Amino acid sequence: MSAYLRAFGRYVPERVVANAELAARLDRTAEWIENASGIRERRYAAADEDVVSMAVRAGLDCLQRAGVEPGSVGLLIVASGSGTSGFPGPAVSVAHALGLGSTPALDVPVASAGSVFALALAMRLTEAHGKVLVIASEKMSVLIGDDPNTAMLFGDGAGAVLVSTEPGGLRLVDAVLHSDGAYRDDLAFDGSLRMNGLNVILHASRKMPAVIDEVLQRSQMTAAQVGTFLLHQANLNLLTRVAKSLNVDRERVFTNIERYGNTSSASMLIAASEWAETNPVDGPVVFCAFGAGFHWGAVLAV
Amino acid sequence: MFFGALDSVWETEYVAESREETLRALIEKVAGKPAPEDADESLFESGLLDSFALPDLVSAIEHAFSIKVPDADLNPRKFDSIARIDAYLSSK
Repeated sequence: MSAYLRAFGRYVPERVVANAELAARLDRTAEWIENASGIRERRYAAADEDVVSMAVRAGLDCLQRAGVEPGSVGLLIVASGSGTSGFPGPAVSVAHALGLGSTPALDVPVASAGSVFALALAMRLTEAHGKVLVIASEKMSVLIGDDPNTAMLFGDGAGAVLVSTEPGGLRLVDAVLHSDGAYRDDLAFDGSLRMNGLNVILHASRKMPAVIDEVLQRSQMTAAQVGTFLLHQANLNLLTRVAKSLNVDRERVFTNIERYGNTSSASMLIAASEWAETNPVDGPVVFCAFGAGFHWGAVLAV
Repeated sequence: MFFGALDSVWETEYVAESREETLRALIEKVAGKPAPEDADESLFESGLLDSFALPDLVSAIEHAFSIKVPDADLNPRKFDSIARIDAYLSSK
């Protein structure tokens, strides 16, 4: 049985934090931040907004666009690396707020690669559970400290996608996922956010194009055949290098990092939602993300 | 040609008398600044290479020496000085 992408959705907080606002605190200029990351501004959630409330807004936006009532969702998957620690994770709170009753709700606490892992799971699980609502939600602004190299990057927001077996929209063809705990200390939050930028970017710049090639080769396809790449919006310089490695025009990699910064797991689905709203939803499309763990993966839809 | 400077960094053909000279030429192309005289000087601590220049340098090394650096060898320390890169290439 096939799985289809029925609709995307998103929520971004109202408060815009431009580089100029961060520059003084981080002892950098606004221009330096933009040159180093491609980011001009990001959104910060209000004090009364959290991972759950943003996830609910993105989930409802997605369901509305799909024309689907919350009650018909058969499985909820919530990706978040910045949800509350301990248990239960945010998924049950999101499910309760959406009125999903006893519908199963699964947490994927994988940080930046969480949405691609959740999308891959949804593709496999929709046959058993019916409509699968995937939401990725992050409040990164409460995790960042004063390290300019990380604090300049992150923003808050949530993205969502509805996957179902009912034909319509792009068809999910294949997914490839990888994890390597040898690098678990290179990007981590354990009370403070730590990033070994040299190692993270070196591996991301190689593993993202490699896993994209891997998922394409399994379908006897090449990057040249892909219409749009919807990637984790980590850093514009990284996205440019991924396009270069794939030997594809940089314009085929959708970017909105300049307005939202790096929203960790949410970024890929926020990007997909904006892409679907402003472009003809034609395939083939490749989703790809890389992040803490390291975890990385790619999903192909046609 | 989509990428301007990246194209020229990754794909330049180098003809040099020694591997060390080739590495200096690659580093200068990637960093846009002169490579250090001291082969043991850290390329990162000196500020010559940043986190985005490192993958560019690894790609340039692969192209110049017709090798593939496997993921298991993707350790910044192996590429932290001309001497360390030279030693890594000797081990290949």
